[in-house]
Amino acid sequence: MTNPIRRIGQFALEVLRGLGHNATFFIDLLRNMPAALRRPFLIVAQVHAIGNLSLLIIMASGLAVGFVLALQSYYALVTYGASESLGLLVNLSLVRELGPVVTALLFAGRAGTSLTAEIGLMKAGEQLAAMEMMAIDPKSRVLAPRFIGGIVAMPVLAVLFSAIGIMGAYVVAVQLIGVDEGNFWSIMQNGVDVWRDVGNGIVKSVVFGVICTFVAVYQGYEAQATPEGVAHATTRTVVIASLSVLAMDFVLTALMFTH
Amino acid sequence: MGKKSIETLVGFFVLLGIGGLLFLALKAANLGSFTSSADTYSVTAKFDNIGGLKVRAPVRSAGVTVGRVAAITLDPKTYQGVVRLDMQRSVQFPSDSSARILTSGLLGDQYIGLEAGAEEKVLGPGDVIKQTQSAVVLESLISQFLFNKAADAGNASAGSAPAPAAGAKK
Repeated sequence: MTNPIRRIGQFALEVLRGLGHNATFFIDLLRNMPAALRRPFLIVAQVHAIGNLSLLIIMASGLAVGFVLALQSYYALVTYGASESLGLLVNLSLVRELGPVVTALLFAGRAGTSLTAEIGLMKAGEQLAAMEMMAIDPKSRVLAPRFIGGIVAMPVLAVLFSAIGIMGAYVVAVQLIGVDEGNFWSIMQNGVDVWRDVGNGIVKSVVFGVICTFVAVYQGYEAQATPEGVAHATTRTVVIASLSVLAMDFVLTALMFTH
Repeated sequence: MGKKSIETLVGFFVLLGIGGLLFLALKAANLGSFTSSADTYSVTAKFDNIGGLKVRAPVRSAGVTVGRVAAITLDPKTYQGVVRLDMQRSVQFPSDSSARILTSGLLGDQYIGLEAGAEEKVLGPGDVIKQTQSAVVLESLISQFLFNKAADAGNASAGSAPAPAAGAKK
């Protein structure tokens, strides 16, 4: 009779303990960042592994999203004679929301899982334990460079996503559909503010980069040192990172874009 | 992969990011201009009210785009809007052509409509279009309409009621 109640209480305490463990891990990671910054090549190698290798999927997705946004927005706007504002609509959608969020979701799926799997397998192969034996904190040599690499790579990817999306929308709108080119760019330029829209989008993408990379690194480090454990950790990375990004997006949008 | 090639690739990655950011910033901040100035010539036109005309709005004649609005300034002496138009070199207009500010659609964006005149001499670079018609301002139209309506109603009731009623209507 008291078993379900005890299980609920146990579950709640586990959640609290997990949150606390997350927080101490995050502070530990921050503490190790200066050591990582003293070895810049480690960070450069991680930016390559995380950012460069994600270029293809981010740019292809950006192009596709730009095409589709232009098409759908045109047919919605032309009903009200507002098809000249197509460029503005596409730009604001991409730069404020779709760029940071979709890039973060793709990033969690592509780079997050590879980070988790790599660190989990290092743990399974006892490489992290071996490092600790040599009095090297694995957080400073393995985890912190990956964390910094993710934070550096994410805004770059988000900006590229938005830029290529706008170019794709230009091709569809002006060349294919026939929207006036001058109006496309000039209404967009008059309606988009560099600091408020582009700048806030970049702030969002930095926050999402921190979230995705931290979740990936944490799940990898805390994975069970077995193949199933690594598989579970990889799944948890994608799910937790994606949900956190979406929730954080709502909070940030409410903070940044409402009056 | 060697150390040098990784650093080169990451440098390329960061360069792409900066390029994307510049593209977004220039597109959003109206700093760049994308028209080539080699095959256009400039003429100016003065308007009492340019309405919602923007830079890079099209200049159309018979519906065909023949140029773009290059710059909009205010003449400090006559307080008229001075609009500089970049016209395509392939099209020449007589020097008595007229320019009007028209709206595409009912609430769409405004453009300049050119109607060719009858002179033999054509507009050259730096010439001024003398015959212009300003933009239609919606608010003036509405207030004029309401005023006419009120005046009509006042006249109608003056036929069947004494004068003070008509005076009070106004």
